[in-house]
Amino acid sequence: MSTVAYITTRGLFGRRRVLLLLPLPALLIALALICRAYDVNPADWGTPVLVGLGLAVVLPVIALIVGTGVLGSEVDDGTLVHILTKPLPRRDIVLAKLGVAVGVTAVTTAVPLFVAGVLADSVRLGLALAIGAAVGACAYSALFLLLSLLTRRPVLLGLVYILVWEGLLGRFVSGTRVLSIEQYVITIVDRIAPTDLLNGRVSLPVAITMSAVFAIGGTVAAVDRLRSFSMAGETS
Amino acid sequence: MTTVELANVSRWYGNVVAVNDITMTLDTGVTGLLGPNGAGKTTMLHMMAGFLNPSRGTVTVGGAPTWRNPDVYRRLGLVSEREAVHGFLSAYEFVLACAKMHKLRDPASAARRALELVEMTEAQDRRIDTYSKGMRQRTRVAAAFVHDPEVLLLDEPFNGMDPRQRMHMMDLLHSLGDRGHTILFSSHILEEVEQVSGTVQVMVAGRLAASGDYRRIRRLMTNRPHVFAVQSSDDRRLAVALIGERSVRGVELEPAGGLTVRASDYGSFTRALPRIALGEGIRLRKLLPSDESLESVFSYLLEA
Repeated sequence: MSTVAYITTRGLFGRRRVLLLLPLPALLIALALICRAYDVNPADWGTPVLVGLGLAVVLPVIALIVGTGVLGSEVDDGTLVHILTKPLPRRDIVLAKLGVAVGVTAVTTAVPLFVAGVLADSVRLGLALAIGAAVGACAYSALFLLLSLLTRRPVLLGLVYILVWEGLLGRFVSGTRVLSIEQYVITIVDRIAPTDLLNGRVSLPVAITMSAVFAIGGTVAAVDRLRSFSMAGETS
Repeated sequence: MTTVELANVSRWYGNVVAVNDITMTLDTGVTGLLGPNGAGKTTMLHMMAGFLNPSRGTVTVGGAPTWRNPDVYRRLGLVSEREAVHGFLSAYEFVLACAKMHKLRDPASAARRALELVEMTEAQDRRIDTYSKGMRQRTRVAAAFVHDPEVLLLDEPFNGMDPRQRMHMMDLLHSLGDRGHTILFSSHILEEVEQVSGTVQVMVAGRLAASGDYRRIRRLMTNRPHVFAVQSSDDRRLAVALIGERSVRGVELEPAGGLTVRASDYGSFTRALPRIALGEGIRLRKLLPSDESLESVFSYLLEA
């Protein structure tokens, strides 16, 4: 593990916001367990729990907390300067931080989604959801890491993307789905494990290509942005 | 020897000019960057450290541009004004991490050497967020100095330090300067600069107001005319008496009452005034030095 990744991981788990990572996955597993324990038909609870909670809330919100935490917090409190004043290519810094964000998000979301998928349908659906969570973690993390370099309010903008763009417009305006990471993940999961619980609304090539565009484009833009990282003076 | 060179450097934010056409060269030894708050010192330091792109002109360290050039940090260290440190690490972990990021051959011994230099070895294993302000500052200096950079930039390094810590930091900067490093530190306090550096760069309102040996600039500062506001029981008669005093350069009767007196020597005038008033039987009601703010000292330098 690189020193930047080590500091980032310690910083992430040393802050209180890490506690925010626990309730949502726990809620997802708890709901799935309750439905299963009371023998509720998976057709009734599968979609709201797996998609409505798992893919529409747990995955993006955890990616937002972690993705803005790995870099945005250091920008906010000024500790980033200690990393930037080293002769490290900015690409290495972004990749190390992105690696931590993707890893933590993927693990934190893939495990509960796998469990919920198994309880709702099959191991195959569980694995498909875990793979979808990993793909989503890459795309969301790159987007939110970039946001924390573009704006001082990355969490707010990230929430607008999740709630307004994906949550609201994604339901009613079909064109917006082309730029919705949630829709890519649903399509990928639906292709790996076809069930009635998930309905992909974009094609698989679009889902794969656009996930890569978000992940790679976000990373490249973040590297370029970090190269020109400015600190405002007292007179600004 | 590594020099820091600024050639016709300006930096503006929208239509606010923070740094205005500054040219300077910093050589080895300690240089103080002096100026009131808002003079543009931090903007200057950030440009030197590669954290701001000059709107015009060039900033180089050892001939290499600082903007978008991380390689420059092999020979440059920065202690910024913001105190933030990774508080969840101990000083040793923090300085060691810095040494590793510099890819030093023996990061552990470099970290120990840097912590010894700032006398932080005793507390080095405690978490940084348990430290006092001065200890954090010293830890940050150790981190900035772990790779033994030829150039060290410090933004207001004495802020928040107690007198003993200040003295220690001053000694440290002295010794680094004597060892051939190029050290630049900013301050808005005259006395700090006086005690640490022989060379100063004085900034006022984004411009370089004075540059060179501290003693020459200090002389300019002490020899400047001092302005006093005086009120008495008979302002006109006091004005007549004061104009005969050698240290007084000019007296003006204010329309609203009172006098504005310009004196060439602070000490002589303040000793002479009560003597003259007593001799004339005039009662003094108010005596206020009206230009003692640091801003006025700097403004005077700008005009000189």
